[in-house]
Amino acid sequence: MAQFIDMPKLSDTMTVGTLVKWLKKEGDVINAGDMLAEVETDKATMELESFFAGTLLKIFSAAGAQVAIGDPLCAIGKPGEVVAAPAPKTAASAVATPVAPPAPVAASANVPKPASLPAVPATAPLAPEPAPTVGRVRISPLARKLAAEKKIDVTLVNGSGPGGRIVRADILAAEKNPPATKAGSGSTFTGGALSSRGPVQEERLVPVSTMRGVIAKRMLESTTQIPYVYLDIEMDAGPLLALREQLNTGLEKEGVKLSVNDFILKACADALRRVPAVNASWEATNIRRHGAAHVAFAVAMEDGLITPVIRDAHLKSIFQISTEAKSLGKKAKEKKLVPAEFTGGTFCVSNLGMMGIPKFTAIINPPNAAILAVGTTVTKPVVKNGQIVVGQTLTVTLSCDHRVFDGAVGAQFLGALKTLLESPALLLV
Amino acid sequence: MPQITYREAIRHALAEELTRDPNVVVMGEEVAQFNGAYKVTDGLLATFGPTRIVDTPISEAGFIGLGVGASMLGIRPVMELMFWSFYSVAFDQILNNAANVRYMSGGQINCPIVIRGPANGGTNVGATHSHTPENVLANHPGVKVVVPATAYDAKGLLKSAIRDNDPVFFLENTILYGDKGEVPEAEYVIPLGKADVKRVGADLTIVTYGRCVIHSLKAAEVLEKDHGISVEVVDLRTIRPLDFDTVLASVKKTNRVLIVEEQKPFASVGTQLAYMIQREAFDHLDGPIHRLATIDAPAIYSPPVETEQLPNPARVIKAVLAAMA
Amino acid sequence: MSKKPSAIADIKSGSAVKATDYALAPINAALSSPQRIELYRTMIRIRRFEERSLRAYQGKNVSGGTNIGGFLHLYIGQEAVAVGCCSLMGKNDHVITAYRDHGHAIAVGMDTKPLMAELYGKITGCSKGKGGSMHYFAPDKNFWGGHGIVGGQIPLGTGLAYALKYQGKKGAAMAFMGDGAVNQGAVHEAYNLASLWNLPVVFVIENNGYSMGTSQARSSAGQLAKRAEGYNMTWGQCDGHDVYEVRALMDKHLTLAREQSRPSTVEIDTYRYRGHSVADPDNTYRTKTEIEEYRNKKDPIQVSLHKLLAEGVLTEALADKIDAEARAEAESAAEFADASPYPTPDDIQKDVYWESDHPAERKSEGRLFFD
Repeated sequence: MAQFIDMPKLSDTMTVGTLVKWLKKEGDVINAGDMLAEVETDKATMELESFFAGTLLKIFSAAGAQVAIGDPLCAIGKPGEVVAAPAPKTAASAVATPVAPPAPVAASANVPKPASLPAVPATAPLAPEPAPTVGRVRISPLARKLAAEKKIDVTLVNGSGPGGRIVRADILAAEKNPPATKAGSGSTFTGGALSSRGPVQEERLVPVSTMRGVIAKRMLESTTQIPYVYLDIEMDAGPLLALREQLNTGLEKEGVKLSVNDFILKACADALRRVPAVNASWEATNIRRHGAAHVAFAVAMEDGLITPVIRDAHLKSIFQISTEAKSLGKKAKEKKLVPAEFTGGTFCVSNLGMMGIPKFTAIINPPNAAILAVGTTVTKPVVKNGQIVVGQTLTVTLSCDHRVFDGAVGAQFLGALKTLLESPALLLV
Repeated sequence: MPQITYREAIRHALAEELTRDPNVVVMGEEVAQFNGAYKVTDGLLATFGPTRIVDTPISEAGFIGLGVGASMLGIRPVMELMFWSFYSVAFDQILNNAANVRYMSGGQINCPIVIRGPANGGTNVGATHSHTPENVLANHPGVKVVVPATAYDAKGLLKSAIRDNDPVFFLENTILYGDKGEVPEAEYVIPLGKADVKRVGADLTIVTYGRCVIHSLKAAEVLEKDHGISVEVVDLRTIRPLDFDTVLASVKKTNRVLIVEEQKPFASVGTQLAYMIQREAFDHLDGPIHRLATIDAPAIYSPPVETEQLPNPARVIKAVLAAMA
Repeated sequence: MSKKPSAIADIKSGSAVKATDYALAPINAALSSPQRIELYRTMIRIRRFEERSLRAYQGKNVSGGTNIGGFLHLYIGQEAVAVGCCSLMGKNDHVITAYRDHGHAIAVGMDTKPLMAELYGKITGCSKGKGGSMHYFAPDKNFWGGHGIVGGQIPLGTGLAYALKYQGKKGAAMAFMGDGAVNQGAVHEAYNLASLWNLPVVFVIENNGYSMGTSQARSSAGQLAKRAEGYNMTWGQCDGHDVYEVRALMDKHLTLAREQSRPSTVEIDTYRYRGHSVADPDNTYRTKTEIEEYRNKKDPIQVSLHKLLAEGVLTEALADKIDAEARAEAESAAEFADASPYPTPDDIQKDVYWESDHPAERKSEGRLFFD
């Protein structure tokens, strides 16, 4: 039975210690009395003595980690013993991994592709091997290329190469056996479970990037300078999902796959045609009414978000919108959008459906007058023809600039939208 | 198809070119009357006479410079260095004059010489007789460097070398001289600068040349049988000009590379290859480029230990396993 | 009798005027007047070219940059040697020399414009700007360079002779070297090969007394040309101030080579007024007096001038005209060089391989160049 060595109390006032440096490594033979590591307390840096003999089986805290007193640092035992990371005494058992969400367009809110949603197995995983440097993944150039092509998150792949390097075989294995997420109604977002016993993250200062700075400025401007009205509406997603399935089945051979968001973008464009007052901008002494509906959609990136624009969406078919959205979404993730591609929108759609959010409010992108926040489709009991049945609902929330149009107009817009999405064949004509 | 030795293949190439072109002259120490220190030129004097097969005194700088000068007027000398190790006493003639005269004259002159001879260790002849200077030679723009591994390659490449209008340095191997191989009787040439995949494989590419090709093929058999590793062996055949496209295609296929060379490590041929492979095939590498070279010391005399200093099939096997990790 | 300028008294008092009048040697007696004037003219053209290139080296061009970089080994004072030897060349005779090659280049008939342009590193240079001062070549005039490594050209010259013999051509190769080169191993190897194989080469030692800054006395044991005896070759020696004397001796050795296919060594004693190269300050190993002595008493151009004046072949006026033309020619060469363009970076990798310069006829494959 392996012996766990916890962070000891090394001073009377100590609450946490920083593991400065390991003096032994996994696999080393330890004698009683050997020094295992250097630990920094609030008072001084001390050496951690082992009272046990054996082989150092597993290290749970990487160098530099801050560990609370009593939390396990490492395990010593017989060589070859398998050690499961013990439940930490302090942190919560599952912490959502910060997974970069794929472009809302690429992944349908209803049927997430397994590869784009790397989830961690439900069983408590073994503590990962310590990375040689914090925050850097060891991976061969080929494996990195393959992972990018297959949209596999390398931070969650175990490397079988020397020093824990991820190689091609590991990527192919991750592709073959991704943890299954259930296809079906509603997105089942299983956040990853982080089992590291260490701190929530490396404590450090991250300089504000240009993109982050711009987002911060614009969001602040938008929320402080626009008088907001929020309207939400719940709609029956059944017909939309059915039409989508029907179309996708028929177009499968041509490699076409329409997403729910493609329909929503089209529906917004059509709704803007019906309630054009929403397709406008406040210009102090004028309200500019836009002739075209250039519908933008939000795409999350590694450290921010961007809104590529589908120009003249009111003139395009769902298929055209879908193709363009996919291509723009890909470019957005690769940071290859040119300004012409992410400026000039007149309306915006933000979709957190694939993240499992049922409903939310979004911040308007000036100089737009509105933004639509789209939630996930939820399977729940609904009333149909006086009966309680299982239905699928979709909630959307419109944020409105009350200077440009009033609540009633917003309500009209949402009404039009609901009509279109509940009779989605209207989008095909 | 007849089987002849590597030595005979070279001899046949010389004889054919001597017959074909009256400007070809074979020159070197002991090439004529002694019939060649390693019997490569055996019998040529009897066939072609002393004007075509010329014994020289021991003066490499003298006779190689003479050959270079004569080539400026149209002679095509094929000069033998008894050991390529002796190139250093004629360095100025080989790598200043032959290599540069065309350039320094603004292209008015060319030197269609061939210098040939064995360049190898493994025969216990000590540190000054065991040099493999293909890397030093190939470092000079203006020259061509060829290192054949088989009888078939030796014959075809030597004929091309003699017909080539630039200086060509042809590096043979005393241990390979006795190796037999199938060589067609009908005339053929192999162009310089064309590599040869001697064994097709899937898991790892060995890039190599010269005697290390033979070691690599032996190792590949064992690796397939005992370890289930499928090794592709790319024989460069010519160092300069270099058929890098063949190397690249192989690396892109297998994603793993081991360079095997009978070279001391620093600034060897493999060093240049490694730069080029990581530069042009970076995204195709599933692991770092590995290289098996001669152990970095002057050539040791002691026979069994010299075998271990040089690449050999056992060392190649170990190196492949390490590269596959 | 023709005028005798006062300077001739100096010439007379030096050893320039010998008991033997080499003008009477058959090879010289057979020269016509125009041919004699041509010898003089060639020497003066060399002299003015060298002076003009020195001026160019020391000055700057219009943009403030250097005209000539690297080495410049001037032939001033040695003109009679190159002119005398090269004037004896037949159509199957060949010349090769070391880096003090401007004199030989002009003596075999190269146009001075590309020669100056080559010094300036321009694409119009005789080696397309790729060789510089030490690497003049003219295969069409049987001139094979221009070589930088001391003694390295001697085996090459021996090879030229070998080729002539192999091809059954009746001719000789003249392989020039300086007094410093005679101690190089390659030279001895070449002597041995030439004598062993009966090659038609004349090894010409231009002995100007100094290998860079080291005098002959401090460099070489024994007499320079006499070493030929060790290799079973004959040798000769003469002074190099009188072009007729040079011709008289060289003719004998060239005949030996052409007719009997035997090599030999000739030592021609001459002098250079300038340092080893333009960078040589020249004051550590000889005195100004020594240089002046030579210039006043043994200058080959003065010797020739006075001989030709005495022979009535030249007049002062004609001599002046020839000199003026020589200066103008040198000036014009400098203007040509100045106005010519440099090679471009795209030219760097041309003229490396015959095959890369003749891509349509290339038989090899693969990469010839790397980056």
